[in-house]
Amino acid sequence: MRRILLSLTILAATGAAGAWFVLRPEPLPADALAGLEADAVRGEQVFWAGGCAACHSAEKAEGADRLVLKGGRRFPSPFGTFVAPNISNDPAAGIGTWTALGLANAMLRGVSPEGRHYYPVFPYASYARATLQDVVDLRAFLATLPADPSPSAPHEVAFPYNIRLGLGLWKRLHLDDGWVVAGDLNQAETRGRYLVEALGHCGECHTPRGGLGAMDRNRWLAGAPIPGGKSRFPNLTPAKLTWSEADIVAFLTTGFTPDYDSVGGAMAEVVDGLSHLAPSDRAAIAAYLKRVVPAE
Amino acid sequence: MKTFLLTITAATILITGVATAQDAPFAREIKVRQGIMGYRTMNVAILGAMAKGEVDYNAEQAQKAADNLLTAASIDMSMLWPEGSDDFANPDTRALAKIWEGGSDVGAKAQALVDAATAMQAAAGIDLASLQGALKGVGDACTACHEAYRASAN
Repeated sequence: MRRILLSLTILAATGAAGAWFVLRPEPLPADALAGLEADAVRGEQVFWAGGCAACHSAEKAEGADRLVLKGGRRFPSPFGTFVAPNISNDPAAGIGTWTALGLANAMLRGVSPEGRHYYPVFPYASYARATLQDVVDLRAFLATLPADPSPSAPHEVAFPYNIRLGLGLWKRLHLDDGWVVAGDLNQAETRGRYLVEALGHCGECHTPRGGLGAMDRNRWLAGAPIPGGKSRFPNLTPAKLTWSEADIVAFLTTGFTPDYDSVGGAMAEVVDGLSHLAPSDRAAIAAYLKRVVPAE
Repeated sequence: MKTFLLTITAATILITGVATAQDAPFAREIKVRQGIMGYRTMNVAILGAMAKGEVDYNAEQAQKAADNLLTAASIDMSMLWPEGSDDFANPDTRALAKIWEGGSDVGAKAQALVDAATAMQAAAGIDLASLQGALKGVGDACTACHEAYRASAN
């Protein structure tokens, strides 16, 4: 009897250890950033390309307020409502004490400094493709931004999605840092792919999601419903987006559609962010979009 | 008899519906202000086509479009925006009631368009790069007001 009990205990322990092994957060190696020098000026470009302000500034923030990353915006989803945290430079309420490695673990691995999984509403499924150099530069730029003491609000997520360890399984299934658009790309298209698939995380809105909320790589940028809204994030593949490259560049630069209506909804803030990039970057995005596989 | 009554009812609903559409509140104001908006768009389109390279830059035409844009942006429209002429009163408009609510900065946003159009008027006739530089300001002014005070298109 004792032997059976012992066997069962060992089995349970092995199972728990196995589960932990599968579900555990996997940060980068401690020396992952060795030799990388930070450049805050380049980091500002990463900041605008990455759209940090579009989620982490206050709702409807304009002008200088877009640089106060106090959090608080709410994101409804089928799994609950997520609330953007404070990532300002405040050492307690924000991420003022974070190292570049901490930011890299958050953005590329979805792992917090305490070793917990983040929900993929934080677009690490896209940022996973970012270069470590960009993260190091971004860290340096974020350190130049204002501190704000507003505390982060908890996410409003119910069982079973409130068990963060389960996200380890989600990551095993869906975290894939490979490029979606493959094949021979020229220099501009390659840069565009980086901006769209990695930093710009365009797919997070414009790609339809499966049952567990992962982006469907087979219907990449094919459009998706707006959570909590009536309309859809438009299809950006050549099957539907028939704008010329010049039209796309003009839209991303001035916010004017080819009919000279103005950009609407969440995209207005995206255009505002992209307006800080070099003209060649907006042209690169347009060039890339023409290479996406058409999907209805 | 039943069918007859049903037909009458259907016809009544139809006629009432048509009558409502004709007599929709603020129909005239909405039509006129949409016309002014369309004239602004028409002139922005001339500038935009040059900025994109769809048509060759022409200083004279660019200047004319910029002059027209500023004129159309500066018209006194107070008669066209009576309180309540919103998308709830008449679905032909996407104007939100927020325009007339306390704390509304619609006047400042309209002035921002005048400022952007003034900058465009100064820039459009110089050269293509100046025109392109000024177009973003115009776009920002359009977007800012539409995002704050226009219902999203569905």
